Amino acid sequence: MADRPLSPHLSIWKWGPHMLVSILHRVTGSGMATVGLGVLVWWLGALAAGPEAYEGFAAVMESPIGILVLIGVSWAFFNHMSSGLRHFVMDIGAGFEIERNKTGALAVIASGVILTVVFWAVVFLK
Amino acid sequence: MGKDTTLERYGSKTTAIGRVRGLGSAHGGAHHWLLQRLTAIGNLLLVTFLVVSMALLPAYDYAAMAGWVSQPLVATALALLVINVFWHARLGLQVVIEDYVHTSGNKFAALALLNIVAIGGGAFALASIARLAFAGAA
Repeated sequence: MADRPLSPHLSIWKWGPHMLVSILHRVTGSGMATVGLGVLVWWLGALAAGPEAYEGFAAVMESPIGILVLIGVSWAFFNHMSSGLRHFVMDIGAGFEIERNKTGALAVIASGVILTVVFWAVVFLK
Repeated sequence: MGKDTTLERYGSKTTAIGRVRGLGSAHGGAHHWLLQRLTAIGNLLLVTFLVVSMALLPAYDYAAMAGWVSQPLVATALALLVINVFWHARLGLQVVIEDYVHTSGNKFAALALLNIVAIGGGAFALASIARLAFAGAA
Protein backbone atom coordinates (compact mmCIF):
# COMPACT_ATOMS: atom_id res chain seq x y z
CA MET A 1 0.00 0.00 0.00
CA ALA A 2 2.65 2.52 1.13
CA ASP A 3 4.53 2.65 -2.19
CA ARG A 4 1.50 3.25 -4.38
CA PRO A 5 1.11 6.70 -5.99
CA LEU A 6 -1.24 9.00 -4.03
CA SER A 7 -3.28 11.94 -5.25
CA PRO A 8 -2.54 15.29 -3.54
CA HIS A 9 -4.20 15.50 -0.14
CA LEU A 10 -7.27 17.56 0.76
CA SER A 11 -5.31 20.54 2.03
CA ILE A 12 -4.10 21.77 -1.37
CA TRP A 13 -7.55 22.17 -2.96
CA LYS A 14 -9.51 25.42 -2.91
CA TRP A 15 -12.88 24.73 -1.28
CA GLY A 16 -15.98 24.94 -3.47
CA PRO A 17 -19.66 24.03 -3.08
CA HIS A 18 -19.15 20.73 -4.97
CA MET A 19 -16.69 19.61 -2.30
CA LEU A 20 -19.09 20.55 0.48
CA VAL A 21 -21.91 18.61 -1.23
CA SER A 22 -19.65 15.61 -1.70
CA ILE A 23 -18.63 15.39 1.94
CA LEU A 24 -22.16 16.21 3.13
CA HIS A 25 -23.45 13.27 1.06
CA ARG A 26 -21.17 10.97 3.04
CA VAL A 27 -21.85 12.67 6.39
CA THR A 28 -25.65 12.67 5.96
CA GLY A 29 -25.60 9.08 4.68
CA SER A 30 -23.50 7.87 7.61
CA GLY A 31 -25.66 9.88 10.03
CA MET A 32 -28.90 8.38 8.71
CA ALA A 33 -27.40 4.87 8.63
CA THR A 34 -26.61 5.16 12.34
CA VAL A 35 -28.86 7.71 14.11
CA GLY A 36 -31.69 7.64 11.54
CA LEU A 37 -31.97 3.85 11.42
CA GLY A 38 -31.73 3.79 15.21
CA VAL A 39 -34.78 6.04 15.44
CA LEU A 40 -36.64 3.99 12.78
CA VAL A 41 -35.96 0.68 14.54
CA TRP A 42 -36.84 2.14 17.95
CA TRP A 43 -40.08 3.59 16.54
CA LEU A 44 -41.17 0.26 15.00
CA GLY A 45 -39.98 -1.81 17.98
CA ALA A 46 -41.79 0.45 20.47
CA LEU A 47 -44.99 0.31 18.41
CA ALA A 48 -44.79 -3.49 18.29
CA ALA A 49 -44.07 -3.71 22.04
CA GLY A 50 -47.22 -1.77 22.92
CA PRO A 51 -48.55 1.54 24.25
CA GLU A 52 -46.22 1.75 27.29
CA ALA A 53 -43.05 1.27 25.27
CA TYR A 54 -44.33 3.77 22.72
CA GLU A 55 -44.90 6.33 25.48
CA GLY A 56 -41.19 6.10 26.31
CA PHE A 57 -40.19 6.55 22.69
CA ALA A 58 -42.59 9.45 22.16
CA ALA A 59 -41.46 11.22 25.35
CA VAL A 60 -37.86 11.24 24.11
CA MET A 61 -38.77 12.30 20.57
CA GLU A 62 -41.03 15.12 21.78
CA SER A 63 -38.32 16.52 24.07
CA PRO A 64 -36.23 19.43 22.71
CA ILE A 65 -33.26 17.13 22.09
CA GLY A 66 -35.52 14.58 20.38
CA ILE A 67 -36.98 17.25 18.10
CA LEU A 68 -33.45 18.45 17.31
CA VAL A 69 -32.42 14.89 16.39
CA LEU A 70 -35.51 14.46 14.21
CA ILE A 71 -34.87 17.79 12.47
CA GLY A 72 -31.27 16.69 11.91
CA VAL A 73 -32.33 13.32 10.48
CA SER A 74 -34.94 14.96 8.22
CA TRP A 75 -32.36 17.48 6.93
CA ALA A 76 -29.92 14.59 6.40
CA PHE A 77 -32.56 12.79 4.32
CA PHE A 78 -33.53 15.81 2.19
CA ASN A 79 -29.89 16.78 1.65
CA HIS A 80 -28.84 13.20 0.83
CA MET A 81 -31.81 12.78 -1.52
CA SER A 82 -30.97 16.02 -3.31
CA SER A 83 -27.28 15.17 -3.73
CA GLY A 84 -28.27 11.61 -4.66
CA LEU A 85 -30.39 12.97 -7.52
CA ARG A 86 -27.38 15.10 -8.54
CA HIS A 87 -25.34 11.88 -8.57
CA PHE A 88 -27.82 10.35 -11.03
CA VAL A 89 -27.32 13.36 -13.32
CA MET A 90 -23.54 13.03 -13.11
CA ASP A 91 -23.81 9.24 -13.59
CA ILE A 92 -25.09 9.85 -17.13
CA GLY A 93 -22.09 12.13 -17.72
CA ALA A 94 -23.95 15.43 -17.48
CA GLY A 95 -23.33 18.53 -15.37
CA PHE A 96 -19.54 18.43 -15.12
CA GLU A 97 -18.95 21.90 -16.65
CA ILE A 98 -17.52 24.10 -13.89
CA GLU A 99 -20.34 26.64 -13.71
CA ARG A 100 -23.16 24.10 -14.07
CA ASN A 101 -21.52 21.81 -11.53
CA LYS A 102 -21.24 24.68 -9.06
CA THR A 103 -24.86 25.73 -9.65
CA GLY A 104 -26.04 22.15 -9.13
CA ALA A 105 -24.08 21.87 -5.89
CA LEU A 106 -25.56 25.12 -4.55
CA ALA A 107 -29.04 23.95 -5.61
CA VAL A 108 -28.54 20.74 -3.61
CA ILE A 109 -27.64 22.68 -0.45
CA ALA A 110 -30.61 25.01 -0.90
CA SER A 111 -33.00 22.15 -1.69
CA GLY A 112 -31.99 20.23 1.44
CA VAL A 113 -32.68 23.22 3.68
CA ILE A 114 -35.90 24.31 1.93
CA LEU A 115 -37.46 20.81 1.98
CA THR A 116 -36.59 20.47 5.68
CA VAL A 117 -38.28 23.80 6.46
CA VAL A 118 -41.35 22.86 4.39
CA PHE A 119 -41.61 19.45 6.11
CA TRP A 120 -41.53 20.90 9.64
CA ALA A 121 -43.83 23.76 8.65
CA VAL A 122 -46.41 21.15 7.58
CA VAL A 123 -45.91 19.14 10.79
CA PHE A 124 -46.20 22.10 13.15
CA LEU A 125 -48.79 24.20 11.31
CA LYS A 126 -51.34 21.59 10.23
CA MET B 1 -7.95 -5.22 -35.48
CA GLY B 2 -9.44 -7.40 -32.83
CA LYS B 3 -8.37 -5.47 -29.73
CA ASP B 4 -11.78 -3.92 -29.18
CA THR B 5 -12.27 -4.08 -25.45
CA THR B 6 -10.34 -2.27 -22.75
CA LEU B 7 -9.36 -5.64 -21.34
CA GLU B 8 -7.89 -6.74 -24.68
CA ARG B 9 -6.02 -3.46 -25.19
CA TYR B 10 -4.62 -2.95 -21.73
CA GLY B 11 -4.93 -6.33 -20.04
CA SER B 12 -6.36 -6.93 -16.59
CA LYS B 13 -6.01 -4.17 -14.01
CA THR B 14 -4.51 -6.78 -11.73
CA THR B 15 -0.74 -6.61 -12.19
CA ALA B 16 1.45 -9.69 -12.03
CA ILE B 17 2.87 -8.66 -8.65
CA GLY B 18 -0.67 -7.81 -7.49
CA ARG B 19 -1.82 -11.32 -8.35
CA VAL B 20 1.07 -12.78 -6.41
CA ARG B 21 0.24 -10.63 -3.38
CA GLY B 22 -3.48 -11.18 -3.69
CA LEU B 23 -4.09 -7.47 -4.31
CA GLY B 24 -5.79 -5.77 -7.23
CA SER B 25 -9.42 -5.48 -8.24
CA ALA B 26 -11.96 -7.80 -6.64
CA HIS B 27 -14.11 -7.32 -9.79
CA GLY B 28 -17.13 -6.67 -7.59
CA GLY B 29 -17.12 -2.88 -7.91
CA ALA B 30 -19.60 -2.52 -10.76
CA HIS B 31 -22.10 -4.78 -9.01
CA HIS B 32 -21.77 -2.80 -5.75
CA TRP B 33 -22.10 0.50 -7.65
CA LEU B 34 -25.22 -0.67 -9.49
CA LEU B 35 -26.89 -2.02 -6.33
CA GLN B 36 -26.22 1.31 -4.61
CA ARG B 37 -28.11 3.05 -7.45
CA LEU B 38 -30.96 0.52 -7.58
CA THR B 39 -31.54 0.74 -3.84
CA ALA B 40 -31.27 4.54 -4.11
CA ILE B 41 -34.23 4.53 -6.52
CA GLY B 42 -36.17 2.37 -4.07
CA ASN B 43 -35.30 4.74 -1.24
CA LEU B 44 -36.41 7.72 -3.28
CA LEU B 45 -39.89 6.19 -3.58
CA LEU B 46 -40.24 4.50 -0.19
CA VAL B 47 -38.66 7.07 2.13
CA THR B 48 -40.54 9.85 0.33
CA PHE B 49 -43.72 7.85 1.05
CA LEU B 50 -42.79 7.66 4.75
CA VAL B 51 -41.78 11.33 5.00
CA VAL B 52 -44.88 12.64 3.22
CA SER B 53 -47.11 10.34 5.30
CA MET B 54 -45.44 11.56 8.51
CA ALA B 55 -45.99 15.18 7.50
CA LEU B 56 -49.66 14.59 6.68
CA LEU B 57 -50.77 12.10 9.39
CA PRO B 58 -53.18 13.80 11.82
CA ALA B 59 -51.60 12.54 15.08
CA TYR B 60 -48.49 10.77 16.38
CA ASP B 61 -49.93 8.96 19.42
CA TYR B 62 -49.84 5.17 19.81
CA ALA B 63 -53.31 4.47 18.42
CA ALA B 64 -52.78 6.63 15.33
CA MET B 65 -49.30 5.26 14.58
CA ALA B 66 -50.06 1.57 15.29
CA GLY B 67 -53.29 1.83 13.30
CA TRP B 68 -51.48 3.36 10.37
CA VAL B 69 -48.57 0.86 10.35
CA SER B 70 -50.91 -2.14 10.63
CA GLN B 71 -52.74 -1.35 7.38
CA PRO B 72 -51.71 -3.97 4.78
CA LEU B 73 -50.46 -1.50 2.15
CA VAL B 74 -48.58 0.61 4.70
CA ALA B 75 -47.05 -2.47 6.35
CA THR B 76 -45.93 -3.73 2.93
CA ALA B 77 -44.39 -0.38 2.01
CA LEU B 78 -42.62 -0.14 5.38
CA ALA B 79 -41.30 -3.72 5.10
CA LEU B 80 -39.91 -2.92 1.65
CA LEU B 81 -38.51 0.34 3.02
CA VAL B 82 -36.71 -1.47 5.84
CA ILE B 83 -35.11 -3.99 3.47
CA ASN B 84 -34.15 -1.32 0.95
CA VAL B 85 -32.87 1.26 3.44
CA PHE B 86 -30.81 -1.23 5.46
CA TRP B 87 -29.36 -2.64 2.23
CA HIS B 88 -28.46 0.83 0.93
CA ALA B 89 -27.00 1.83 4.32
CA ARG B 90 -24.94 -1.36 4.48
CA LEU B 91 -23.50 -0.70 1.02
CA GLY B 92 -22.75 2.93 1.90
CA LEU B 93 -21.11 2.25 5.26
CA GLN B 94 -19.09 -0.54 3.63
CA VAL B 95 -17.47 2.06 1.35
CA VAL B 96 -16.87 4.41 4.28
CA ILE B 97 -15.18 1.61 6.24
CA GLU B 98 -13.09 0.57 3.23
CA ASP B 99 -11.99 4.20 2.78
CA TYR B 100 -10.94 4.88 6.36
CA VAL B 101 -10.03 1.53 7.95
CA HIS B 102 -6.86 0.28 6.31
CA THR B 103 -5.60 -2.40 8.66
CA SER B 104 -6.97 -5.62 7.21
CA GLY B 105 -7.91 -7.19 10.58
CA ASN B 106 -9.74 -4.07 11.74
CA LYS B 107 -11.41 -3.71 8.34
CA PHE B 108 -12.64 -7.30 8.48
CA ALA B 109 -13.96 -6.79 12.02
CA ALA B 110 -15.70 -3.52 11.09
CA LEU B 111 -17.33 -5.08 8.01
CA ALA B 112 -18.42 -8.12 10.03
CA LEU B 113 -19.95 -5.85 12.69
CA LEU B 114 -21.66 -3.81 9.96
CA ASN B 115 -23.26 -6.96 8.53
CA ILE B 116 -24.46 -8.08 11.95
CA VAL B 117 -25.97 -4.70 12.82
CA ALA B 118 -27.55 -4.14 9.39
CA ILE B 119 -29.09 -7.60 9.12
CA GLY B 120 -30.04 -7.76 12.81
CA GLY B 121 -31.58 -4.27 12.82
CA GLY B 122 -33.46 -4.94 9.61
CA ALA B 123 -34.77 -8.28 10.86
CA PHE B 124 -35.98 -6.71 14.12
CA ALA B 125 -37.73 -3.91 12.22
CA LEU B 126 -39.41 -6.46 9.91
CA ALA B 127 -40.54 -8.58 12.86
CA SER B 128 -41.99 -5.45 14.52
CA ILE B 129 -43.92 -4.51 11.37
CA ALA B 130 -45.16 -8.09 11.02
CA ARG B 131 -46.42 -8.15 14.61
CA LEU B 132 -48.38 -4.93 14.07
CA ALA B 133 -49.70 -6.04 10.68
CA PHE B 134 -50.81 -9.50 11.78
CA ALA B 135 -52.30 -8.23 15.04
CA GLY B 136 -54.52 -5.87 13.08
CA ALA B 137 -55.34 -2.31 14.12
CA ALA B 138 -54.90 -1.72 17.84
